[in-house]
Amino acid sequence: MSATTLTRAAIAAPPRHAVFWLGAIGLGVALLVILRAIGNDYGYFAGYFILQYVVLASAWNILGGYAGYVNFGAAGFMAAGAYTAIALRKATGLDLMPGILAGAVVAGLLGLGTGYLTLRLRGVFFSIATLCLAVVLQTLVVNWDYVGGSRGAYIVNPMEIPPFVSWGEYMFVVMLVLAIGTVGIARALEHSRIGAGLAAIRDNERAAEAVGVPTLRLKLIATTLCGALMGVAGAPLPYYSGYLNPDAAFSLSYAVNAIAMPLIGGAGTWAGPVIGAVLLGTLQQAATVTISSALNLWIVGWMLVVFVALFPRGIMGWFRRRR
Amino acid sequence: MSGAVLLHAAGVGKRFGGFIALEAVDITLRPGERLGLIGPNGSGKSTFVNCISGDFAQHEGKVTLGGHALEGLKPHRRARLGLARTFQLPQPFASLSVLENVRVPLLFGADPAQATRRAMECLEQVEMAGKAEKLPRELTQVEQRRLELARAIALDPRLLIADEAMAGLSHAEIDQILALLLRLNAAGTAVIMIEHIMRAVTEFAERLVVFVAGRKIADGVPREVLAMQEVEDAYLGRQ
Repeated sequence: MSATTLTRAAIAAPPRHAVFWLGAIGLGVALLVILRAIGNDYGYFAGYFILQYVVLASAWNILGGYAGYVNFGAAGFMAAGAYTAIALRKATGLDLMPGILAGAVVAGLLGLGTGYLTLRLRGVFFSIATLCLAVVLQTLVVNWDYVGGSRGAYIVNPMEIPPFVSWGEYMFVVMLVLAIGTVGIARALEHSRIGAGLAAIRDNERAAEAVGVPTLRLKLIATTLCGALMGVAGAPLPYYSGYLNPDAAFSLSYAVNAIAMPLIGGAGTWAGPVIGAVLLGTLQQAATVTISSALNLWIVGWMLVVFVALFPRGIMGWFRRRR
Repeated sequence: MSGAVLLHAAGVGKRFGGFIALEAVDITLRPGERLGLIGPNGSGKSTFVNCISGDFAQHEGKVTLGGHALEGLKPHRRARLGLARTFQLPQPFASLSVLENVRVPLLFGADPAQATRRAMECLEQVEMAGKAEKLPRELTQVEQRRLELARAIALDPRLLIADEAMAGLSHAEIDQILALLLRLNAAGTAVIMIEHIMRAVTEFAERLVVFVAGRKIADGVPREVLAMQEVEDAYLGRQ
């Protein structure tokens, strides 16, 4: 085998960014056309729900999948985005788009701060620290009257938003754009030198440091990006539902799904969280419509048991020979 | 300090609670020198290496590499100053291919654009180019040692610390690793070899340092050091 052939076989294929972006945009447009043709607002709701999980799972994967640091505090970061959007709306009257931006900044800074405080912890200790962060944030929000406290906060949305046929369609498109952007960022990161450094950290942090990888800096980049994108997933939530209370914003299902979806799809790859989110999200929606939403976490639990037992590296790991 | 000094460790001490693992150790290494570091288990050899490489912070003493004070520098900064090390047990990046393992240090080096080409060159130096696409778990023990050396070479080191790089290898495999270390040294890299295999140490080292109970008890030409009664007592027990 020649050196060139070996090189091609030994490293991940170079990313074809144009193909990815064109494919993702094409798929998004096709989805929109299909949903508009169906003409049922539930389709937009289900699509929003699944895409929100695509963003959340992809964000989790940056720290948990690429760097190997399991974050149990996804709901906290997501709620930070949601409540930032609410606070911004109340303080300035600015609406969804500035709210998403502000949510990303605040949740990103929260991720950075959490990273500084906790990244000396490894394994389960780091995970518990992130879980504690979510609990602390929830306590703060419950006692913060300005954003509704335990009563929750309302956001009144406009009746019409042309050229979209409904508010649901508008929110679906917003989340579609955010999901494509998030997956694109995760994919670019995976194929960059930062991605290689994070993989080295995941495999052996001490050895990574010994060969010149600035581990702390990379982990801070990962925690910041992970937090910011989780904030992005959460910021539209109050606009979508029109009402948000702490129980909903800090729901256990966000934390569980954020972990389960990448694990089932294949953590450490950009496609894994997407596959996991679409699979689990669709199953949960089907269960909600046909039986009860109370089954959602039950489904996640069983799926996790099955996948951990049969496909411990997730669907992507099953298909790929390596990684 | 003289310009001919590469590594200068002065009065290095390290405690773990009440246990003194290293006590006032002085070691000086010239560029391109081959130093053997021996001592019984628990004598402080690996602790010394960990203090030099930045895994541990020493409680006392100073260490410089090429005139740069190493205090406060993280291991990755020390690696960029030209300090490479291997581990007692090979520690590859398990999910990355052999080539990707060697690319990692290069991607964070001076010329990331050339990382793949340079990584292949490093693998060729350790005769591992044919295994570039393999995963570390598919390698034999000696191949994993070679991979560690290739990853170290990728740092373009001025000093390589080989911490028991031959542990668990057969006679022929030891010769292979020895040949690699000698080639690397011939290219200008100073090497500190920590080893229990005395044949390898005596064949390789031009100078020998002996640690016992955290203290340096001997430093000199291997033949003379190994003939010292204190060294013999440390290894065989006092008669």
